[in-house]
Amino acid sequence: MISTLNLRAAAVAALATFLLVAAILLGSRNLANFDPALVAYLFGCIFACFGVVYRYCVWLQRPPTWRYFARGWQLFFSRRMVVYGWELMKHFVGDLIGQQFIRNRGMTLGYGHRLMASGCFLAFAVTFPLVFGWIHFGLKPGGIDTYEIYTFGFKTGEFPLHTWIAEVIFNALNWSAMLVIAGVMLLMRRRLTHAGQIAIQTFEGDWLPLIVLLAISVTGLGITLDYKFMGGQAHQFMAITHAITVILFLIWLPFGKFYHIIQRPAQLGVAIYRKAGTEGPPAICPHTGEVFDFKMHIDDLKDVTAELGFDYTRNDGTSHLDLSPRGKRAALATAHLKAREQSGSFFG
Amino acid sequence: MITTTFRTDQEFFLDPQRCIGCHACEMACAECETNGHEPMIQVDYVDRFLSPQTSVQLCMHCEDPVCARVCPADAIMKDEFGIVHSANTARCIACSNCVQACPFGVPKKIEPLQLMMKCNMCYDRTSAGKKPMCATVCPSGALFYGTRVEMTTRRPNSTPVNQFRFGRQLVRTKVNIMMPKGATELVVDGEEASP
Repeated sequence: MISTLNLRAAAVAALATFLLVAAILLGSRNLANFDPALVAYLFGCIFACFGVVYRYCVWLQRPPTWRYFARGWQLFFSRRMVVYGWELMKHFVGDLIGQQFIRNRGMTLGYGHRLMASGCFLAFAVTFPLVFGWIHFGLKPGGIDTYEIYTFGFKTGEFPLHTWIAEVIFNALNWSAMLVIAGVMLLMRRRLTHAGQIAIQTFEGDWLPLIVLLAISVTGLGITLDYKFMGGQAHQFMAITHAITVILFLIWLPFGKFYHIIQRPAQLGVAIYRKAGTEGPPAICPHTGEVFDFKMHIDDLKDVTAELGFDYTRNDGTSHLDLSPRGKRAALATAHLKAREQSGSFFG
Repeated sequence: MITTTFRTDQEFFLDPQRCIGCHACEMACAECETNGHEPMIQVDYVDRFLSPQTSVQLCMHCEDPVCARVCPADAIMKDEFGIVHSANTARCIACSNCVQACPFGVPKKIEPLQLMMKCNMCYDRTSAGKKPMCATVCPSGALFYGTRVEMTTRRPNSTPVNQFRFGRQLVRTKVNIMMPKGATELVVDGEEASP
């Protein structure tokens, strides 16, 4: 295990974990505002932080990933920052929030994924600050009908109890659970009925993530149902099963399908890379005479493939990568025809 | 769920010279629900102004797939049977690296889906012991899926070759191309290997 450990990634992950722990201590006023009931979740978050940063750093060290990462930031901090910043915003809203490209892959997939993603992000926004002790609530002194919100120990707001605002805030995790359950139901139905999905789906890659999300949501709702309708008789069971499912999610986050949540923003880097590329010189296929990409991409790809040990340089100094995909297919067919011709028979 | 009964004695044999440009393979490929009814095989006129020659190209499933190596998102995987799978839909960030790096010009980027898709040798069928769709409908024998013995019987004057040269790069593939008897590789653009 030590021999396969990526030391640079481990060092960055350790630093990130240290910074998270320091931020937790600082933000919770030396754990004064930390809720001890959430300690298991806290350790799950700390592990997930190390795992996610470690995997992210290993991922970044791959030549193609590093090329996009470096180019993306280089472009963003260039003189055209406003243009690229606007492009980034457009894709952030359209791709990450609107998820239009997922909707284009299928209506059920689109709606199901939007429901699940909105439920998950609402839950993240509530859970992480609460678990880290960055946000806590308290009764306003001198009464029993107003709650105060404290952020990093500073009072940032208050709201009256027994009103719709209080209901919305206190049930935020229940709303998120309902969104996730609705999304999971749609996607499970799709996985049970879509012939294409049935043919290629796997348990670990496709079903397990849905089952984990469903388990988290159902056990989370169970806590509320228990204290609302069962007088808290099953509280211990509900609280423990919910903690187990959430911690499983956190531990699995760096390794399994959920890692795409961390990886997906890379699409924004690709968007500004493409914007910059289309503003530069185009790549024209010598076979078709048509524009098939932009030159920066093809040049970068030549560097990346060379770094990975591939050499498509031809005798005349040009590269096979100068051809468009159609040009490459034509080159192969032409070479095949030539070989057949030289053998004296077109068929064999 | 995938039930793997992949027949390792069966191989894919491609003979572009036999392609008559009927597009039956494209139509058959587009029947598949795993590709969202998008054909993954490509039929082209090689040079429409000069000749009526058509050519067919499917994924050759390289031993060291450059598409997977240049993917910045780790979205392309090769399995234990040598099948290079289409991009993982959750991971693909639609950068087109694979599209432009593939020496055979195979992967397609479907812009509205922000997704690369490519031939996975009908994994849903081949993993269940069936033949790929395209090979079952090709009327001219440009696409054949079966055992090496069957192929040798059908084409006694040809040799299946799975080695290609693109510039200085040697590429070995799972899919074979039918070459004149005795050939050892297809030089697409580069120097012939010394005997």
